[in-house]
Amino acid sequence: MNRIVTRLDALRAAGKKAGTTAIVAYVTAGHPHPDMTVGIMHELVAAGADLLELGVPFSDPMADGPVIQRACETALGHGVSSGTVFKMLRRFRERDVTTPVILMGYLNPIETMGTGAFAARAAEAGADGVLVVDCPPEESGELNAALKAKELCQIYLLSPTTTDDRVRLIAGQGSGFLYYVALTGVTGADSLIPDTVVARVQQIRGMTDLPVGVGFGIKDAESAVVLAAGADLIIVGSALVARLGERGDPEAVKAAAALVSEIRAGLDAPSVAGERGVL
Amino acid sequence: MAKRPDTASLPDARGHFGPWGGTFVAETLVGPLEELRDAWERYRMDPEFVQELESDLKHFVGRPSPVYFAQRWSRKIGGADIWLKREDLNHTGAHKINNTVGQALLARRMGKGRVIAETGAGQHGVASATVAARFGLDCVVYMGRVDMVRQAINVYRMRLLGAEVIPVESGSKTLKDALNEALRDWVSNVHDTFYIIGTVAGPHPYPVMVREFQAVIGREARAQMIEQTGRLPDVAVACVGGGSNAIGLFHGFLDDDVKLVGVEAAGAGLETGEHAASLCAGQPGVLHGSRSYLLSDADGQISETHSVSAGLDYPGVGPEHAWLKDSGRAEYVAVTDDDALAAFHELTVTEGIMPALESSHALAYARTLARDMGPGAVILVNLSGRGDKDVQTVADIDGVAL
Repeated sequence: MNRIVTRLDALRAAGKKAGTTAIVAYVTAGHPHPDMTVGIMHELVAAGADLLELGVPFSDPMADGPVIQRACETALGHGVSSGTVFKMLRRFRERDVTTPVILMGYLNPIETMGTGAFAARAAEAGADGVLVVDCPPEESGELNAALKAKELCQIYLLSPTTTDDRVRLIAGQGSGFLYYVALTGVTGADSLIPDTVVARVQQIRGMTDLPVGVGFGIKDAESAVVLAAGADLIIVGSALVARLGERGDPEAVKAAAALVSEIRAGLDAPSVAGERGVL
Repeated sequence: MAKRPDTASLPDARGHFGPWGGTFVAETLVGPLEELRDAWERYRMDPEFVQELESDLKHFVGRPSPVYFAQRWSRKIGGADIWLKREDLNHTGAHKINNTVGQALLARRMGKGRVIAETGAGQHGVASATVAARFGLDCVVYMGRVDMVRQAINVYRMRLLGAEVIPVESGSKTLKDALNEALRDWVSNVHDTFYIIGTVAGPHPYPVMVREFQAVIGREARAQMIEQTGRLPDVAVACVGGGSNAIGLFHGFLDDDVKLVGVEAAGAGLETGEHAASLCAGQPGVLHGSRSYLLSDADGQISETHSVSAGLDYPGVGPEHAWLKDSGRAEYVAVTDDDALAAFHELTVTEGIMPALESSHALAYARTLARDMGPGAVILVNLSGRGDKDVQTVADIDGVAL
């Protein structure tokens, strides 16, 4: 059984209680330094992350904002390749076999390796799902089949401009969960309108059995709590990467982990957990 | 004779030319691209739109651009007759404005008051800033920091035209990074912003839309060659970066018995790795929303490219060129910086026409071809832009302080 499904099913079964909104924590593999990535992953889990999203660095991450673009450049500067990312994941799995890990990246490095080979190596390294930013459902037949063959979830993005018909199309092809992009912009932007996001996510949850996560634009515990109102998962990325900084400072890792702890505490505060009807 | 692909039916509804093209974008761009596609489908055949476009091409751009027999240069080479399609004589000095006029007219009809553009050499940025001024639109141009240094005059031209030029500091700080940054702006501001892509690359509908706006080059050239020489050329040659001037020229001759040759930038030489020849030396991949040939490393990371001409310095190429290459209808070759520079100087002193360094690549290949084909043959070269913008670059290479 895929770890994403197991984890999210378990949370769903727990009902409307504290700890039932899953936190997905994103890090770019190899940022700020390849030697630190596995340690950072463990720290984030210890701080309360339920799922991890491991960014596969790409030279031209056009859907990402400046923070993750810089993180990709740093990682590539250290020579990180898709192969390195698999090695990091295997090392993470030596100590953690339960936390779901999603690989997030762009299509060209995957196709360069070959979609079949990528899926096989990802599964062998201990990945549970793959999110390919620039591969919408209409273009992802081959990739989707390759991931399914290895029992990997394919996570798709939904955006504020995604129509109901497309939500159903994407939900029909996706697995694990659906990732709602809270704003019309790039990762780390700050133009989201919480009420609109919450309302739309609730609508989407009515159209699919898949859990729905919200990401892009979550800066702190406060914004996470507001957006979590409609969501099964919240995804925090650029804010973590920004806290990790570029210097490879151990204090920065603590600061990033603290952000996850703050979000966890915010989500689990009785007033918040009681009001929500999630999962 | 090369095969004639069934181009009338291409691309398909989602922008595929066979295995090439498509719409490889994040979900955030799917809605905006559908809105653009719907507008394009609606207006492309609209008589009022077509009339307004034709009027602006005539009175604002200065079309038709002439074809010109480069007689002294042809004689000097001592082979085939070389004719030039004078896109350098367009307003703003290059073919780029054919497309920006069209897209700006579309932006106005879509109610978008702000246009954005990416630029490499600055020609597309200038052409975008020009139409923005002409139509009273706000304009932001993204340009790699490296290109801003290489093309300082064009940066100032854009600013004089009222555009804001934003330096791009990410990645290789050239055209591909400017394109990334423009896409980011577009996805964040799509409610009031129209993204004017300058070439036949990007996600559907850009490759087909830009092609249709540039097809005027080939349509005119075909009629002009028949009128002035009584025949079609044997070969039509154009430089290829993203590939818009070449697609525009080629589309006039696709169904004719005319050989089509696209000339890429071989930079310091294909064997050195320092080039921008994605069709000649790249492999299939996905970048900036479509599948085409591109230059990337063993891990699929996009390579940094090199060319003396900023306009060809791009690691990808329009998907229709990938299709034309695979179908055998067009042939693609590459010319080095040195050969392009030699052609630049030669045309300038023998014809009094200073070509853009981009176009100089096509000229350099035409020179070789003219010798090989010999007298009696006719070669048509798309002189896609004028070289005034490159004077500083050439002076630097020649060791001349201005």
